[in-house]
Amino acid sequence: MNVPKPVVLIVSLLPLVWVLVQASTGSLGPDPGKALVLHTGIWAFNFLLMTLAVTPLVKFAGARWLFRYRRMLGLFVWFYASLHFISVWTYLLGWEWAVFLEEFAERPYMAVGIIAWLLLWPLALTSNRWAQRTLGRRWQALHRLIYIIGLLVAIHFIWLVRSDFFEAMVYAAMMLALLAARIPWIKRQVRVGRARY
Amino acid sequence: MLIKSSAEIPSSEITPESIYLKRRQFMSGAAIAAAGLSLPSSLAFGESKDLAALTYTPAGKDSAAGFYTDEDLTPYEDVKRYNNFYEFGTDKGDPARYADALTVDPWSVTIEGEVGKPGVYALEDILKKVDLEERIYRLRCVEAWSMVIPWVGFSLADLIKQFEPNSKAKYVAFETLHRPEEMRGQLSRTSSIDWPYVEGLRMDEAMHPLTLLAVGLYGKALPNQNGAPVRLVVPWKYGFKSIKSIVKIRFTEQQPPTTWNMLQPKEYGFYANVNPQVDHPRWSQASERRLPSSLFSPNRMLTLPFNGYAEQVASLYAGMNLRKFY
Repeated sequence: MNVPKPVVLIVSLLPLVWVLVQASTGSLGPDPGKALVLHTGIWAFNFLLMTLAVTPLVKFAGARWLFRYRRMLGLFVWFYASLHFISVWTYLLGWEWAVFLEEFAERPYMAVGIIAWLLLWPLALTSNRWAQRTLGRRWQALHRLIYIIGLLVAIHFIWLVRSDFFEAMVYAAMMLALLAARIPWIKRQVRVGRARY
Repeated sequence: MLIKSSAEIPSSEITPESIYLKRRQFMSGAAIAAAGLSLPSSLAFGESKDLAALTYTPAGKDSAAGFYTDEDLTPYEDVKRYNNFYEFGTDKGDPARYADALTVDPWSVTIEGEVGKPGVYALEDILKKVDLEERIYRLRCVEAWSMVIPWVGFSLADLIKQFEPNSKAKYVAFETLHRPEEMRGQLSRTSSIDWPYVEGLRMDEAMHPLTLLAVGLYGKALPNQNGAPVRLVVPWKYGFKSIKSIVKIRFTEQQPPTTWNMLQPKEYGFYANVNPQVDHPRWSQASERRLPSSLFSPNRMLTLPFNGYAEQVASLYAGMNLRKFY
């Protein structure tokens, strides 16, 4: 399959376009700031799952063509996570630095989310050939941070749920499955399984 | 006369309200199933329902008693479509989408406990003995958003007096309907709420003139998603204390259990008085978003102690440590 990258770019922007259109027609409800916070957050998580799904799909399903898009998908994680942070900062924290510090210090789930977002920055900034060449093998080590980020994001979501855990559980399960796909023992089982058939 | 007066129509000919209210749901359901369409939430089932207009005394402009405020009202459409009523689902739009399944007529309220006149009372009989009035209250959700709503109802005190609580009645406990076949959220296996939803007030809080039993808003009967047919409104407490669709009122000697406190005791207390100085463990309560807001104006405002009703209720808590009794 050869989907041109600009198409992937435009499709990846659709969640943002959609929410802005909804906001302009009043379809986000009476608390659009909160709706934006939730929407950008879930899409950051969606892109995170998509990014983490690339390597397992390549290795286990032979979908080598997916590799081309991994960088873009990863950058969209950073993009939506940043929009999520900006929305929280604007609509929940009112741009007040004192409130931000207080929330960071006293709300573990928010601290976890902020740390995950901060960790995305070095990955975003080194998502280019020049950085790959300059960092060499350290680039690979740096980008393994995505596993930690994945765990932090799953914890962030579960921690902020108040009573119905269904959605957070489903996302956490998908995250764990994608991380487990990296465990050497699991990889061997899948390889052995494929070789048999 | 072409049009019969209501006295000439035998009651056997009158369509029961519950079926009448569902007629459009049946038709629109069939049409949507046929067309495979999904409607925006503004056209969801139940929006076409005609709610009964109520007879009541409109709110006077005097704000000293706390029954009126001149702040901008939250539009009716927003009050109806943005609800926390987990019995129908946890999304803010779920109650508007699914509460139409609820039958609110007939409705009775069971009165039990430390009272002289316990029993099962039809709601219409209870309402015959009270006068309805309009009260414009602020409602502050624990999630840090708030609305200004024109309720129609009567003081809980007027109801309580009807049933003659005895000296052992120190608290009033409330219970919401448990009817999973009509309230789909009660079927959720991943919800940690133990249905039915329960709440409670101390006797002096229940007898306070501000404490309202609401049967309507914006001059019409309550939409199902707002807690029809009768709900509590305690404006100086976080919204989760304002229990909806009440089926039981019990007068007790001991402090009764309350749902959110049982779920997460460190986050939700029995008193739940609006207090900007006592944070929810997971977010600050010092400010709130007044709805409706927009992306360009978040309408963020400072939260007032007791949601601005300190003058009327602070004396109930004189000497009480409000950080300990949150």
